[in-house]
Parts: sequence; C-alpha cells; structure tokens
Amino acid sequence: MSPDITARSELYGTAFRASFRKLQPRALMGNPVIFVTAVTAALTTVLSLRDLALGTEGAGIGLQVAFWLWLCVLFANFAEALAEGRGKARADNLRATKAETVVKLMAHADDPAPRQVPSSGLRAGQIVLVEAGDLIPTDAEVIRGVASVDESAITGESAPVIRESGGDRSSVTGGTRIVSDHLVIRITAEPGKSFLDRMISLVEGAERQKTPNEIALNILLAGLTLIFLFVTVTLEPFARYSGVVIPVITLAALFVTLIPTTIGGLLSAIGIAGMDRLVRANVIAKSGRAVEAAGDVDTLLLDKTGTITFGNRMADAFVPARGTDERGLAMAAFLASLSDETPEGKSIVELAEKLLKDVTRIPEPGSEPVPFSAQTRLSGVDFSGTRLRKGAVDAIERFTGQKADTALHARIEEIARSGGTPLLVAENERILGAIHLKDVIKPGVRERFAELRAMGIRTVMITGDNPLTAAAIAAEAGVDDFLAEATPEMKLDYIRREQAGGRLVAMCGDGSNDAPALAQADVGVAMNSGTPAAKEAANLIDLDSDPTKLIEVVMVGKQLLISRGALTTFSLANDVAKYFAILPAVFVAAYPGLGVLNVMGLESPQSAILSAVIFNALIIVALIPLALRGVGYQPASAAALLRRNLTIYGLGGLVAPFVGIKLIDMGVTALGLA
Amino acid sequence: MQDLIGYVLFCAVLTAGGWVLAPFMARVYAGERSFLSPVLGPVERGLYRLCGIDPGVRQSWRGYALALLAFNLLGFVALYLILRLQQFLPLNPQGIGAISPDLAFNTAVSFVTNTNWQAYSGEAQLSHLSQMAGLTVQNFVSAATGMAVGVAVIRGFTAPKGVGLGNFWADMTRSVLYVLLPLSVILAILLILQGVPQTLLGGAHATTLEGAQQVIPRGPVASQIAIKQLGTNGGGFFGANSAHPLENPTVLSNMAQCLSILLIPVGFCFLFGRMARDRRQGWAIYAAMGVLFLAGLLAIWLGESGGNPALGLASNLEGKEMRFGTGLSALWAEVTTAASNGSVNAMHDSFMPLAGMVPIINMAIGEVIFGGVGSGLYGMLLYVVLAVFLAGLMVGRTPEYLGRKIEGREVTLAMLAFLSMPLGILVGGAISVTVPTAAAAIQEAGPHGLSETLYAYASAVGNNGSAFAGWGAALPWQTTALGLLMILGRFAIIVPMLAIAGSMIGKQQSPVTAGTFPTHGPLFVTLLVLTVVILGALTFFPVLALGPVAEQTALSAGQTF
Repeated sequence: MSPDITARSELYGTAFRASFRKLQPRALMGNPVIFVTAVTAALTTVLSLRDLALGTEGAGIGLQVAFWLWLCVLFANFAEALAEGRGKARADNLRATKAETVVKLMAHADDPAPRQVPSSGLRAGQIVLVEAGDLIPTDAEVIRGVASVDESAITGESAPVIRESGGDRSSVTGGTRIVSDHLVIRITAEPGKSFLDRMISLVEGAERQKTPNEIALNILLAGLTLIFLFVTVTLEPFARYSGVVIPVITLAALFVTLIPTTIGGLLSAIGIAGMDRLVRANVIAKSGRAVEAAGDVDTLLLDKTGTITFGNRMADAFVPARGTDERGLAMAAFLASLSDETPEGKSIVELAEKLLKDVTRIPEPGSEPVPFSAQTRLSGVDFSGTRLRKGAVDAIERFTGQKADTALHARIEEIARSGGTPLLVAENERILGAIHLKDVIKPGVRERFAELRAMGIRTVMITGDNPLTAAAIAAEAGVDDFLAEATPEMKLDYIRREQAGGRLVAMCGDGSNDAPALAQADVGVAMNSGTPAAKEAANLIDLDSDPTKLIEVVMVGKQLLISRGALTTFSLANDVAKYFAILPAVFVAAYPGLGVLNVMGLESPQSAILSAVIFNALIIVALIPLALRGVGYQPASAAALLRRNLTIYGLGGLVAPFVGIKLIDMGVTALGLA
Repeated sequence: MQDLIGYVLFCAVLTAGGWVLAPFMARVYAGERSFLSPVLGPVERGLYRLCGIDPGVRQSWRGYALALLAFNLLGFVALYLILRLQQFLPLNPQGIGAISPDLAFNTAVSFVTNTNWQAYSGEAQLSHLSQMAGLTVQNFVSAATGMAVGVAVIRGFTAPKGVGLGNFWADMTRSVLYVLLPLSVILAILLILQGVPQTLLGGAHATTLEGAQQVIPRGPVASQIAIKQLGTNGGGFFGANSAHPLENPTVLSNMAQCLSILLIPVGFCFLFGRMARDRRQGWAIYAAMGVLFLAGLLAIWLGESGGNPALGLASNLEGKEMRFGTGLSALWAEVTTAASNGSVNAMHDSFMPLAGMVPIINMAIGEVIFGGVGSGLYGMLLYVVLAVFLAGLMVGRTPEYLGRKIEGREVTLAMLAFLSMPLGILVGGAISVTVPTAAAAIQEAGPHGLSETLYAYASAVGNNGSAFAGWGAALPWQTTALGLLMILGRFAIIVPMLAIAGSMIGKQQSPVTAGTFPTHGPLFVTLLVLTVVILGALTFFPVLALGPVAEQTALSAGQTF
C-alpha cells in the first residue's frame, strides 16, 4: 500500500472508532437533532426487541428500522470524527516539533555565560540565546542579532527567512529552527500558550466553539425538530380517531425522517472542515467567528506591495534627452547600475542588455562603483574621469547643476502621472535621459478584483505612494478605491468610516503600527512574519505571510456559509418525499383511497417505511464528502449564486429522495427485507 | 369563464385599491398631514389630550408590547362584563338575558383577538348594546391592534437605527381614526344603498304569504358589517353571517365586502415597500401572497364547480346561496380564510372535501396570504425571516434582510412564534378528538368529523373565526379551549414579532451590494412561497391526509360515512 492509502485507511479507522465513542449521551447532547435521533433509536430498539420476544408480527421490520436509525446517528458521528481526524493528523506533525529541548537561559541580554535549562520551564520575559541549529523553544521577540530561520515546520515554506531585532521582523515562533548566526530572544508566551500550542488545539478542534451563525442554525433545527415532534405525536390520536392504530416504531420512523437529520448530522463536520480548509491554506483562525465574518466582508483593504504589485519597481523604458540616443542612454544606465544589487538596479541592467544585445557584465577596468547614499540619493560609477550617476530627478539636477530640457521634463511628468517612477541618468554635468521605473501589476490581479466586485466586495489599495502614482496604479489594477500616502491613522480612519456605513472590513498587516487597524477591522489577517503586537490584534494569522491570502480567507468563509445553507435547504426539501413515502403506507389500511398518495409506487407499507429510513441514513454518508470539501463555489453575484444553489439543493432536495426512496424500495423488495 | 373574469377584475381592483391606500397610510402613521387632517386632526389631538398621551414618545418593543397587552386585557374585561350584564344594561329592546360565563369568555376573547369566532347566535343572544358598545368597539380596536403591530414591525425592519418602534397609542388612534372609520363610513353607506338595514329599532313584524306572523330581526347592521369586513373581523350581526340576505343582499354588496376584507392587508404590502424605501420589497411580498391566494382560489373553485361525484351533479351547490353560486362562494371562502375574516357567505362545511381543505390550510399557515389587517404582514415577515435565514446562507453571507443581519436572537424568537400554530392546532386538535367530553363536538362520522375539528382549531389559533357548521362549538370544553388558543394564536405571535422588530431596529444596516441576498424578484417570491408551503402547510399534511384527503378519495370511490 502506498503511504497515502495507509494514512487514509488509518484516518477512516480512527473516525470509525470515534463514531462509536461519540455515542455517549454527553457527547450527543451538543447536537439536538442527532441526540433526539439517538433517543428515538434507543426507544425503537427496546420496542422491537420486546416485539421479538413476544413474537409479535412485524418485529423484523422494527429491528431493521432501529438498525438504520442507529446507523443514522453513527454516520453523523463519523462525519464529525472524519472532519476532526483530518485536523488531528496535522496536529500530530506540529506536536513533533514541540519536542523538549535544553535551552541557554541568560540572566540578561549581555550575560556571557548562559545556563542550560529545560525548555519546559521557560516563562514569559526570560531571555534565551539561540544559535545555529537550535530549535526556538517558544514564541519570542528578537532583542539582539540577525539570523536566518527555517520556519518550514509551521509554514511549510522551505526557504529560510531573516529575523532581526527591531522593526517588523522581530518575532520568532516556537518550533522553528535557527539556520545561521545567533539571536538573543525574549520569551513572549507562557507555557502552553504559545502559538504552536494554540495552533495544535485549533486544528484538533479541541477548542472549537460554535460560531454565532452555527448556533442560530442549531436553534432553528431544534425548533423544527420540536414541530415535527408535535406532528408525529399528535398523529397517533388523530389516527386512532380515524380507526388506525399506528405502531410506535412507524411513528419513530416518520419522526426521524422528518427532522432535519441530514444537516443536523453534518453541521459540525461542515464547521470543522471549513476551519481545516483555512489551516491547509496555512491560515490560523483565532476564532471561528472571524471565518464567518470573512464571508460577510464588504471591503478589502489590500497593501499595494506584494498583493497588487510585485514588491519592486522594474525598469520599463529609456527616455533619452535631446542630443542623446536610446543606446547611449542605455549604455550609461547599464554601466551605472552594474554594481547596484537592488532589484531596481538589476532590472535596469536586464533592460539595457535586451536593448544593447552584445554587452557583458564586466565593469570597465579601473572603475570605481559609487554606492547609494542617503545624503546624495545617487549611485553610479567613476572611471577615467567620467562620472556616471543615476538617481531621483531632483538629486541628479542638483548633481549636474542643470535642469532637464523641456521635452524630457514633459516626459518625466508623464511617467509620474502614469504611476511610474522617473530616474535620471547623468554623465558628468550632462543629463542623458530618464529611466522609466514601473510598478508591475501581478498577473491575474485585475481579473480577481473584477470577480470580487461581482461578489459585491470593494477592493481598496493601501500605498505609501503619492496620490498621483497611486491613482495610476489603482486604475491599472482595477481596484475600487485607494488610500495614498497611507499612515496607520489613515487606515484606522478609513476602516471606521466604512464600518459606520455598515460595511464589514477586512485587512492584512504586519507591523506594530498596523495593530490598531487590525484590531478595528472585522477581519484582520496578520502576517506570521509580523510583530507580536500585530499578531495579537489580528483574528487570523497567515503563516505564509502572503497578503493575497486575504482573498482566499474570504472565499473560505463564504464557502462555509454556503455549504451550511445548501445542506439545510436540501435537508428540509427532502421532507416532501418522505411524507409521500410514509403516510400512504400508514393510512392505506384505514382509507384505501389514500393509496393515491403513494406516487412512488412503493411495494408495500413495510418496504416504504424501511426505504424512507434507509434513504435518510444513507444520504448523510453520501453527503459527507460534500460537507468536508465544501459546496462548489464560483465567485458570482448573490442573485446568480442563489439561483444556482436553490436549483441544485432546493429542487434537487425535492426530487432526489423520490428517486432514491424508489430505488431503495426496489432493492429492499428484491432482497426480501420487507 | 364568467367566474374567472370576475376573479381577474377583483384582483385588479384590489391591487389598485391597496396601491392607493398605501401612501395615505404611510403619511398617517408617520404623523404627517393628509387630506383628512383638517377634519380629524383636531379630534386626534383632542383624544391625546384627553388621555394624556404624547404621540411623539417612542416606545421600545417592550413598552409597545406592554401597552398593547394592557390595552387588550382591559378591552377583554370590559367586553366580558358587558356580555355578562347585558340584561341590566340599556339598548336591549328584545329583553335578551345574560350569556353563560364560558361563552362570555369565549366571545370576549374572540373579539379582542380579532378572531370573531361566534359560538353564539347574534340576533338571539346579544342586545344592541352588546353588539354596538361591545363587539363593534372591539371590531375597531382589535383590528387597530393588528395594524399597530403591523406598522411597528415594519418600522423595526425598515427604520434607521435607534428610532424606536413608535407609539402604540398613537398608532392605535391613527388606525381607527384615519383608516378604519372613514373606510367604514364609505362601506356602510354603500351597503345601506344595497339594502342592508341600519336602525336601532327592534325586529320588523311581517305577515307571511301563509298569513303567519314573522319577526324579522334587524338592527344597526350596515355599520357593523362595514367594520366586520374592513377590520378582517367577520363576526356577523346575524348568525347566518354574510349568507343572510340582510347582511349581504346583492352581488355588488358581495364584491364590495370581499374587496374591503383584503383592501387594508394589500395596502400593508405596499406600505411595507414604501417604509422600506424600496417598493420592490413590498411587491415581492405582495406577489408571494398573490401566488398563494390564486392557488387557493382556483383549488376551491375547481373543487366546487366540479361537482360531487357521488351525486353526479355539475357543480356543488349544497350549502350555498343561489344568489352567489359556486363562483362567488369560492371567492368569499378564499378571501376570508386567506385574511383573518371569519365571515361566510356559504357553508364551508358543505364544500367538497379538498375545496374545504384549502381554507383549513389558509388558516393553519397563520393567515399570511394578505392575512388580517396588519397581522397578515407581520405573519408573512415571520416566514420571510425563516426563508432568508435558511436560503440566505446559500449566497455565502450571514443572512440579512433589508440590510439587517438575522442572527440567533431573531431565529429563536421566530421559532417561538412559529411553534404556536402547530402547537395550538395539532396538540389542541389531538386532545379534542381524544377526550370524550371534547370529542362530543364532532357530529359527523368518518374523516369529515376530523376535518371539522381541524377547521375549528385552525380557525381559533389563526384568529379567523369561521367554522365548519355542525360542530359543537358551544360545548364548555370547546369554548374554553378555543378561547385559550385564540389568545395563544394572537399574542404568542405578536409579542415575539415585536421583539424581533425591536432587535432588528437596533442593528447596523449594511449597504446593498452585488453580494447582497436579493429579497425581491421572482426567485425570492418562489423561495418565500416554497417556505410557506414546506414549513407551514406540510406540517399539517399528515392530519389533512386523514381528514379532507381521505374523505375526497373515499368519495371518489363512492364511499360515504
């Protein structure tokens, strides 16, 4: 057997055993519909055993009904156990990284002789030294040093990341490993409260609390169960008045088939599976509420860099000044950028190579690179009396003591207006021309935003750029609004304004200064690479630190709600067919005319009742994959979604049981079960 | 064919009437000036001064509900005392005696809850004072109570945050003064012109063709009929109700009364759209009600005009006024049971079984097909809450209606209100067919006896008031049980609905986007209709199978009971 199949059969085995363990009354109590089903199953078992002992006719059918009622409960338990099991497998992997180690505890940050202590005794506030090869014992903040850290145990991303003191990359997570250098860290998590601990209990579903919408749905299902209890219990006296004595087992069968067992049985599996989908997208939800809220989001605040554009600007064109040709400008830019290791510099070299064809990246002999400095805001190269420079427009103008000619000036303005960044290139006192640096929009972003707009979600781009640049990029990316030269206060204000208009806002952030906005937003996603403050304020944490993930979170939230609604609708629509299966079976003896209600042409009253009960149990199993995977979801307007889902799950729910019960009836009859 | 043309005309006039009434009601309930203000404004202000009411005070849902319950309790006590003491009170030309305590309880509850279940015969058992100061007053104020709750609930769903549900006393006063009274005057005059008596004298003495002396009871009939229809009350002046030639003399009076029954309920649909500042919302609810109305009407009409297979006649004319025939009788039955109007112009008891089942279903789903004045709308909003909650999830958002989220609290309250119909009808009915003292009410053998019981219980819990004849409504058990169930059917829905409104009004309203669940248009109408059918009607399917359905199938097979 392949490892995959082994893992899967193990998963099923565990879930199978758990579905029996979950028969404990206390475990069943959490789910009113399934609890009621179990009570009914127990009652049916006792009654049919009594019938069997007394040799009453129909005891065989009674036992079969009892069997299928129990199966109905077990299937519901199985669905829940399976959903939990998938999380457990991941939790076990995580737990493995939480191994007990020995750590170097420092009395203070400059302590030259750290003590060796076991990692389990660490408290928040203590200071620890971690060196290359060490496991970071628990969540902490870097207070000294720079190191590369392998976070693959948490994020699954194999490339190490840089962690350093100060700034937004100062937090380290327990379970990750130092690859190079060393760090002095201050512990931020109490034992058992670390990120890893929280994640384990989340994916295991141990801390799972019902979300508000799930609670509301449970109330509705409990209410409907009560109504169907009235229906079936009062049917006995009504039938007795009509001269029919309905066996209790038949009433039990009618009751269980009418109550919404399908959704009742799958409800918690849907919830757990929804959280699990997030976990597999490497997002940890600190509460289920946030996932539901994600489905309701009206406004998405997206950081420009990394989400909408690639992080860096790229050279797009060379614009020569009067008296220079494009090749000359490209050559100068090429030479000036050869030793520039920034992504912008590299992109200039690449563009020049494309234009010039046969050039080599070997610096002129005797040349001396001039690195970028904050004072001059220029970089370039000096060789044999020639000084090549490139830099911002005003910096070059200061360097050369000249202004760009009018034609060039017009082009520079144009570049700025279009959202680009103009750089000037100068040779000694002469301005050679401009380089057009451009923010490159990620492919597919525009289409994604159009989809979001169709779903009624507004996208807002957050950027530090000036309004002119921001407007141009916003137009190109197709966002609905933008916030230029954004400060944390502006973000917070924007969120408050949106919320005052009744809109739910989602945003992602990583820096400490994002914390207030993250806390204010209805859905705040913090990057795992971010500061502890940001992670504390957010209600979701993205382990991949990928700002695009926000969109995925919204989709997961929506899919969770859709799955719930679809299966509820399906479950209730099923009742119509069940009435038509069981009622004629019960009443036909007293009123032969009621045989017309037997529209499915079921073989006998016994087979009709049995078939309805079997269908009721099997439909739960049949829908487990749907509950775990989530209902298929394409971004579309609410009206289109409603039309589609109402057709599939409403109409389907109306029709499917007619077909299903008829087929089961044929099978039951063929096997001679009734 | 003639019938169907009549139905189309009826629906057109009804819709137009409701459409015209809505903007007027919107002004009235907002306390704005209308064309009646010059006349009624001073009266309204005088009443407020007299009662020490400040109409500007906005009540919370609790305050509103408490005022409503207190007012109705007071009305009940007053009516009960009038009925018990009528022999000592004036305006009793025929010297009618007191009625029994259980019947007085039943009748008082019945009129306070806008049910107008009549376990008594009006002309024989009630004095003019009991009719006018007792029943007619309640005809006005019980209708106004429904309208007030209707308006308060609409405010809850549509008004901006923090506004409050309104003022119960002002809503009541305005309902009576500006809506019910003027319309009643118009209708009463129309009815008088058609030959309905309006007098305070006792019965007229006539010599019949055989020379015998006959006393023909009369009284202030036209005025009471007007409000009985407009307020979806239904308690007739005469025991024979609207089949009596002095209550409903002509085809024109018949049509005018049918229209007046549904006029305000239809107006409430459009009022809802106006107050929501989105008229499509009103049209959607109107359309859902309209679909259900037409389905029921056609079902009754087909059943009645198809005739009785056991008798081989072309149409079923048993228990009908020949003046009205099957067409107008079917329309009346559908109109009155869709609304919460207990009047009859034919014996529903004599309808073909499946045709007779339609009124039962209409009442059992809570009378939400246009329904009682005000109450039809808030009843339908209960289904809307459930429909939106169930299906709204399918668009991937927390369900919301008119921009307000439907959450645990609303669902709990909606289920609480929703339980009262099956609880009252099924549990009440089951006890009634089981306990011998109660089952004695059943006078028909076989499934029809069950249908009669069901009808009575659906009528009581639904606050309708009509009955299958031949069922012993006057048994003390039944007068008491049905009286209690009328209270359940009225207030166990009003209070939770006001609570829902109170909770909705406090909610942040989210703007409409492409992601918003659309609550207008054919798709939503279909969804709402299906919700009513699956959650409302199907609950009663098993017992209906044992009653009307079994009777019809047996009848087709030539079996009678």
